[in-house]
Amino acid sequence: MSSNHCQEMRLLLQADVDGELQAAEAARVAAHLDSCPDCSRLQQQLLALSATLRDTLPKHSAPEHLRQAVRARLRGAPGRQAAARRWPVGIASALVGIAASLALFAVLPMRGADGMQDWVVAAHVRALQPQHLLDVASTDRHTVKPWFAGRLSFSPPVRDLAADGFPLIGARLDSLPGSEAAVLVYRRREHVINLFIWPATAEGETAEGSRDGYNFVHWAADGMTFWAVSDLNAQELLEFAGRVR
Amino acid sequence: MKWRGRPQPGRREDAARPEFEDVVLTHLDAAYGLARWLVRDPNLAEDVVQEAVLRGINYFASFRGEDGRAWLMRIVRNTAYTMLAARQQAGRIEAGDSDAVLDVPDPDDGPELALSRQDDAARLERALAALPIELRECLVLKEIEELSYKEIAHITGVPIGTVMSRLWRARRALMVAEGAADDEQ
Ligand SMILES: [Zn+2]
Repeated sequence: MSSNHCQEMRLLLQADVDGELQAAEAARVAAHLDSCPDCSRLQQQLLALSATLRDTLPKHSAPEHLRQAVRARLRGAPGRQAAARRWPVGIASALVGIAASLALFAVLPMRGADGMQDWVVAAHVRALQPQHLLDVASTDRHTVKPWFAGRLSFSPPVRDLAADGFPLIGARLDSLPGSEAAVLVYRRREHVINLFIWPATAEGETAEGSRDGYNFVHWAADGMTFWAVSDLNAQELLEFAGRVR
Repeated sequence: MKWRGRPQPGRREDAARPEFEDVVLTHLDAAYGLARWLVRDPNLAEDVVQEAVLRGINYFASFRGEDGRAWLMRIVRNTAYTMLAARQQAGRIEAGDSDAVLDVPDPDDGPELALSRQDDAARLERALAALPIELRECLVLKEIEELSYKEIAHITGVPIGTVMSRLWRARRALMVAEGAADDEQ
């Protein structure tokens, strides 16, 4: 029904409706709309959908009791150091088994390095959902490394470990609290390994363990922090970490 | 993409930066609204916000005084994903639990709403709820929070091009659900 040109117009048309276009691009869209009834109709549909969504969907405001609870919590937590001490480490680590006591998980915080374990494991799990694993699929580190340039302000080291039995399958960007992470994705047999990398100053810091059936190994070196996460067994994951380091 | 650094213990807060409390309380409605649309459960949404606030305390050192709303929503979004993953894992043990969540009536729907509008809203909400979460969050951030592509990309941690195609797929799905779209594609 629509021509290829119209197909290509769609994201531009949408961007126009969303007010994201510069004048020149907007003029291009307008010129096309003048001559194309199909795209004009699509524009009307997009505008109508927008209006309907904004008119009919409820705006969820934070309930007053939540606002009070947050306020109270903020008053009780003057700083991160003080806040970090409010729950004993033992209790916190006992709680992070995600599948374990869900109700407690919901209300109790995870902190510092402990918290980061959960972030990276959660990011690993999230990445296993269809089409979440890779932004760029490539077994060639000379493709993967430049891919990060322009997307990140740091340059993660990319090693070819195929000869060691850990072939690279690609990479993506992931978001961790307050920062972007480069993620290199390796494989061992049927197991996916996510290697998270971002700049950090915690030289010499290490950790290893498991969360929810996923093993992780963490270290810091050369101004970068590294987290390897996988359902691979701990021993082979350590071997992987050893190859990367 | 700008690197925003890791939190560093012992680092003092800049005087020019807004207080954490101000950022949180100013944008609490937006934070709750996003959590609500992502997890589709009022109680879990509250837990997400509380957890995000606690995490935010930890990560506030990484806040450079840029857009506080986007910063907070990004943490809320990541927290929601984490807690949804936890719920899904638990759901494997207690099957059917997450279906029950979807049927929780919306307490915000007052009786003053016209019936037809309620029907429209309910139909749209169902269609929105049925979208994959990564499409739903883009649409909610765009249409309800009225954020820019750039802000949405920042919050969801994907390139702007991905935001655009997710928005398109989300809208396409809703237009099909509304019966407004052509059958193609
Ligand atoms: Zn056209």
